[in-house]
Amino acid sequence: MTVSDDQTLLSRRKALKCMAFGGAGTLFAITGGVFTPIDLAAAAGDKRLTAGLGKPLFVQISDTHIGFNKEANPDVNGTLTRTIDLVNAMSEQPALIIHTGDITHLSKPAEFDAAQQMFSRLRTTEMHTTPGEHDTADATVTEYFSRFGKASDNKGYYSFDHGGVHFVALINVLQFKPGGLGTLGPDQLAWLADDLKGRTSSTPIVVFAHMPLWTIYEPWGWGTGDADQAVGLLRRFGSVTILNGHIHQIVQKVEGNMTFHTARSTAFPQPAAGTGPSPGPLKVPADQLPGMLGITNVLVVERPRSLALVDTTIA
Amino acid sequence: MAAAGAVLLGLGGFEALSAAQAADPTRIVVKNFMFQPMSLTVKAGSTVTWTNMDEEPHTVVSSSGLFRSNALDTKDSFSFKFEKAGTYGFVCSIHPQMVGTIVVQ
Repeated sequence: MTVSDDQTLLSRRKALKCMAFGGAGTLFAITGGVFTPIDLAAAAGDKRLTAGLGKPLFVQISDTHIGFNKEANPDVNGTLTRTIDLVNAMSEQPALIIHTGDITHLSKPAEFDAAQQMFSRLRTTEMHTTPGEHDTADATVTEYFSRFGKASDNKGYYSFDHGGVHFVALINVLQFKPGGLGTLGPDQLAWLADDLKGRTSSTPIVVFAHMPLWTIYEPWGWGTGDADQAVGLLRRFGSVTILNGHIHQIVQKVEGNMTFHTARSTAFPQPAAGTGPSPGPLKVPADQLPGMLGITNVLVVERPRSLALVDTTIA
Repeated sequence: MAAAGAVLLGLGGFEALSAAQAADPTRIVVKNFMFQPMSLTVKAGSTVTWTNMDEEPHTVVSSSGLFRSNALDTKDSFSFKFEKAGTYGFVCSIHPQMVGTIVVQ
């Protein structure tokens, strides 16, 4: 499948309509920052939807919440197992797995151990992580870092390169602005400026953090108070993909050459912003749950050179 | 005290906490993503106990770094003894829009 010229001419109105109905499997090819949505529900029966489209670069897994056992999903191990089976069944394996946080529900050692045991079944063995606030909820804030802190020298932020793409992991769950938004903090922002300084603007950039790097809904803390400073540093690049978790549903935004995208959880959905009294787990009938859980595949499309995001549920 | 009890009965779902417990002057209930009460005044030497009555986990983290709980699952509690007079802010690190204050006299 290729992205045809006709499809790049889709109006913004049509694009938004497609996003609204894109629950089952919608592809967003990003070309020069413009979303080109293609409804894949009508495509062939392969629900993994990656064959022929591009080369799998990485799969984003988020909000696995191992340890959660409430009504919204009494079997989060089971839904993570189905997720891992889905990834392992991809005909071409991604080079990397990126976990955007809330690996565990309560930061307990047994939860981290169980999660790592399950992740060890992934055929793709290179995994990069950033913690969620549920991973740093132990009194000493050590459980996450003792397992995953090496890449960042226990700071939580780090970068690496793969396949010509520069990846940046940010952490926004350790400090908070009054009122509840996440914070990157001056040290991390200074590091980011330095990390990006020598790079050419044609380098594709993928940034990942747990909490959204734009304000989706402030009363529930769905945003990062000083994200604008990070976004300002990224603005000169020709292709920037900013991936987050935290809100257990897909929300996306395009701003210039930057695409912001939040992933589904593998554990339970959360209500849309501002619907209901709190952002707690959303209880849905058991047969609807798998259709609200899933992963984001990120593929490299060669012509035109771009990254494509494909959201896939475990249903 | 009577008014506070009436409010709690009206909210329902508090079967595990009697009105008498909820009215305990050293107890804070975490419910509906709020510390209740949000501000508590106690005498120096008092031990304050926070109990999570939400399905969601919460934490109790001192703004000054004086104390920090583990993640509190449903019905878990955390206690801290306040020795010195002062005003102590705290937040839930999982839902940092949740804030509260202990005033120690």
